[in-house]
Amino acid sequence: MREALQSLQNGVPISWYLILSAVLFSLGAAGFVFRRSIITVFMCIELMLNAANLAFVAFARMRGALDGQVIAFFVMVVAAAEVVVGLAILTAIFRARRSASVDDPSLMKY
Amino acid sequence: MGSLAVLYLLLGAEFIAMAQIIVYAGAVMVLFIFVIMLLNAGAEERRGRSWIAQILGIPGLIAFFGVIVYYIQREFAGAGYSKFGNFTGGSAEKFGTALFTDYLLPFEVTSVLILVAILGAIVLARKEMD
Repeated sequence: MREALQSLQNGVPISWYLILSAVLFSLGAAGFVFRRSIITVFMCIELMLNAANLAFVAFARMRGALDGQVIAFFVMVVAAAEVVVGLAILTAIFRARRSASVDDPSLMKY
Repeated sequence: MGSLAVLYLLLGAEFIAMAQIIVYAGAVMVLFIFVIMLLNAGAEERRGRSWIAQILGIPGLIAFFGVIVYYIQREFAGAGYSKFGNFTGGSAEKFGTALFTDYLLPFEVTSVLILVAILGAIVLARKEMD
């Protein structure tokens, strides 16, 4: 660890970005599994997608290429579209059931 | 989300950093806040949690995290360093060139995806016509 701190004048090690990405992904997965509110679950999905984005950009930096950044851009677009459709579904479910818990829509009809 | 944009900037991805700020701070979070306001949801209720999840959940996630960090340290420990300004390949010009030459087909498919998302949101959110 001391060598790593001393070599910080060379810049930040890229593996630290990957570790931060792993932290973000684990937090998102934990929230996805343990939370019961659909809105929080959506936010955790966004957190996991952001972790994947950070890993993609770090890999792009590691290889000195642009491909990882382009993939991160596409992930961002897909995340935005997913949020739009998901929140529309959430509003429809809430309108039908007056509840925003993930346990309630276990049946596909009401 | 905004601090991730700073990290992207440090990694030399200028365009991605700006897109992160615009998309997440400008659109996604506003949409989330809007839906929270619309639904007026209270505190989440705690009920019906399986005890398998309660017993195995936290240790399982910690083990998952540990395995990932172990592999990162083993495979990417010598992956080099990232200093601000070392890598200048992520400007909007280079990004646009890559997007419109090598990644033209995914880009066009993305436009179709956004169109489908717009139509889906409109269909889901409209009032039921009786």
